[in-house]
Amino acid sequence: MKPNNGLNTLNSPIVTENKIHMNSNHLLHRLYDLQTQLHHIPKQSITTLADELALPVSQIEAAVDFYSFLHRTPRGRFDIMFSNCTSCGDIKMIQHLCDQMHIASGETRTDGAVSISETSCIGMCDQGPALLINGRTITQLSNRRLDLIAEYIEAERPLEQWPIEWFDVHDNVRKNGLLLSTPFEPGSGLLAAINKGSEAMLANIDQSGLRGRGGAGFGTGMKWKFCREASGDAHYVICNADEGEPGTFKDRILLTSHAHTVFEGMTICGHIIGAKKGYLYLRAEYRYLLPALQAVLTRRHKAKLLGENILEQGFNFDIEIIIGAGAYICGEESALIESMEQKCGIPRVRPPFPVTSGYLNQPTVVNNVETLAAAAQIAVHGSHWFNSLGSDKSAGSKILSISGDCLTPGVYEYAFGVRIQRILDDCGAEDVQAIQVGGPSGTLIRSDEFDRKLGFEDLATGGSFMIYGKDCDLLEVIRNFSHFFAHESCGFCTPCRVGTTLLRNGLDKICHGRGTQYDMDEMRRMATLVKQRSHCGLGQTAPNPILDALDRFPELFNAKLLHSDFEPHFDLDAALEEARQLTKRDDAEAHLS
Amino acid sequence: MSDSNHNTITIDGREIPFKAGQTIMDAALDADIYIPHLCHMPGLKPHGSCKLCTVEVNGRSASSCTLPATAGQQITSNSEDLTEVRKTITQMLFIEGNHFCPSCEKTGDCTLQAMAYHLDMLDGHFPQFYPRREIDASHKSIVLDRDRCILCALCVRASREVDNKNVFDIGGRGTDAKLIVNAPSGKLADTNIKVDDLAAHICPVGAIMIKEHGYEVPIGRRTFDLHSVAEPRLEPVALHKGKLTDE
Repeated sequence: MKPNNGLNTLNSPIVTENKIHMNSNHLLHRLYDLQTQLHHIPKQSITTLADELALPVSQIEAAVDFYSFLHRTPRGRFDIMFSNCTSCGDIKMIQHLCDQMHIASGETRTDGAVSISETSCIGMCDQGPALLINGRTITQLSNRRLDLIAEYIEAERPLEQWPIEWFDVHDNVRKNGLLLSTPFEPGSGLLAAINKGSEAMLANIDQSGLRGRGGAGFGTGMKWKFCREASGDAHYVICNADEGEPGTFKDRILLTSHAHTVFEGMTICGHIIGAKKGYLYLRAEYRYLLPALQAVLTRRHKAKLLGENILEQGFNFDIEIIIGAGAYICGEESALIESMEQKCGIPRVRPPFPVTSGYLNQPTVVNNVETLAAAAQIAVHGSHWFNSLGSDKSAGSKILSISGDCLTPGVYEYAFGVRIQRILDDCGAEDVQAIQVGGPSGTLIRSDEFDRKLGFEDLATGGSFMIYGKDCDLLEVIRNFSHFFAHESCGFCTPCRVGTTLLRNGLDKICHGRGTQYDMDEMRRMATLVKQRSHCGLGQTAPNPILDALDRFPELFNAKLLHSDFEPHFDLDAALEEARQLTKRDDAEAHLS
Repeated sequence: MSDSNHNTITIDGREIPFKAGQTIMDAALDADIYIPHLCHMPGLKPHGSCKLCTVEVNGRSASSCTLPATAGQQITSNSEDLTEVRKTITQMLFIEGNHFCPSCEKTGDCTLQAMAYHLDMLDGHFPQFYPRREIDASHKSIVLDRDRCILCALCVRASREVDNKNVFDIGGRGTDAKLIVNAPSGKLADTNIKVDDLAAHICPVGAIMIKEHGYEVPIGRRTFDLHSVAEPRLEPVALHKGKLTDE
């Protein structure tokens, strides 16, 4: 079979996914379909698409280069994206697979059969290493499994004929708490909201003390109240299912096994704020969840829990799904809204906040998946049911995604205020060197801090809990995070765009044994600038792992430093390599050192 | 609305009035207080991306070009710390692109260069990124040299908001972000840009240049050879269309 050059498409059937409960003409969906068909986005199809969607060519061009899952050059018929997360990735395995397929990472093989590249965390940290192949998830990789994958690819065996259990994604719920253990009857929350009236239900949500579960912790009741009071032509509810923080996968479980609760939370929010439309923005890494989510929406329509005249009460509300295309920044609420509006995910200037000017510049609530699920349960069981658990400033429970060096990675739900050591005991983590609480954008803590508590007043977290054992090369972990942020920075503001790259380069230099005390001082100075002066939460948190590591593990850096005052970034001897190759020389005289 | 003049903010100890709807930058400019900025131009929608205008408002970092002025704000702008931050950000803008002032036609009229003078920047400090960026010389009167682009998006906004066109956009992500042209070919020649459009003149650096006019004013007598960027009401580009009509 010849490689597909993207021009001759007459013979290939147009493969599109089922777009029920989706806008099939959303730019990101159209680009996905195009790429499924042609293995990349050819330039000429951008012009055609621009005409068809009545969008500027430049808007589509900008998006194609912005989202990591969209490609300018043809990818393989088997397109592999291997997670490079410290929990669900494995650098040695990526190399192993590349060796098997005789290509380098980032390349498409000349016969067009296969391409391999790295991608940011794909949310499979409890069952990694994991990869995406043509958008589908394969978990629990081993070298044996990779060898078989290589074999099947060489044989051009269609994915449908691969062992079905390879694509299994398990919930791995290890500890049920308030939310996960309480059964939910679809419609029960909505009925309570309608019976109680929107004002009383809003008061209920407010009194519960529920705060945003994405990490920032804004009061949910207050957010809904602001949005309800804001005037506009329409109001919108958005469920932020762009769970991109490395090490986080708890929303995956909620969307898999508690989708009714999540959708009901959205519907209740819509009832309270006066919205008729809700959107679930799903990260592209979770595309495999789409058919099940669509089925739940269809069931809710049939049960009169969505659509016109819900529960015969004259309330109209519908939910649509929008799928992203690989951009961590779209987890930031205003970037997510931009992405929904078919643009690059660039965080907006705030104020105005989404509650007054969000999607299509209308009042919009953007909530985390877990927040909406909690709201639905609170609607049924009342505020006291929720806030009887938790700590002073952190009511209720938190669902954690635990991964890394422990016996039983998976999902754990705790009442806020739980001590770190208790969590480590439960998941079987011993000889722990450090924990990244809240993912790379959170807090790195070391073993003398395991008495600290989870909650907004001490260690806030969106759910990621990455454990690093005593044998782990922690500096390599920090370096991985610095690469992650440089890759995910949207490029809008100078401090983050340039600063995350400078931080990445600085860490590379130190890890390669070429750093000096000067580089350490420079890194701290740059990290502080990026943290304090960046436009949005990405830049403001990107330097956290570096700053935390400098404070808590300075010896890791010091062990790598050269004992000289200064060492240039520029490696003169390495720069001569091209000249050596051209002159076919490799003798001592052709080297500087 | 009408009593809004009673409202004041304080910048570096100086109390100044502001009108409803003004940002800190607007109020400062009206009071002839200079807050360094590159991506801001009065009359265009504030962008807030360069972060040169970072100030501290009641102790918190904020962009003065986008933050609305509210009564009683205590603002620090001209501090040693913030000057250091601005100098570092300016260095970052220099090293991420390819800026060679001595051989650039824009030297002396370049706001980035003027900013560097203003902040006593003596070197780029950081290792150069040396990006490979495309030059677009397709248009007969306008050249686009992306090596010098600082992604301020002034041209993007000028084209949309003043010229009523949509010639430019910023595409891509992170350090790969780049100025792109809204045409199927991606080339300026295939757009409806005209040489007297504001977008053709607004570039604060030498990324968008009018061809054949590079050295009409000799070096040494250009705007920032004679003036500091901090002088009030010194905007090298006026918000109206220019007089070049050689198309």
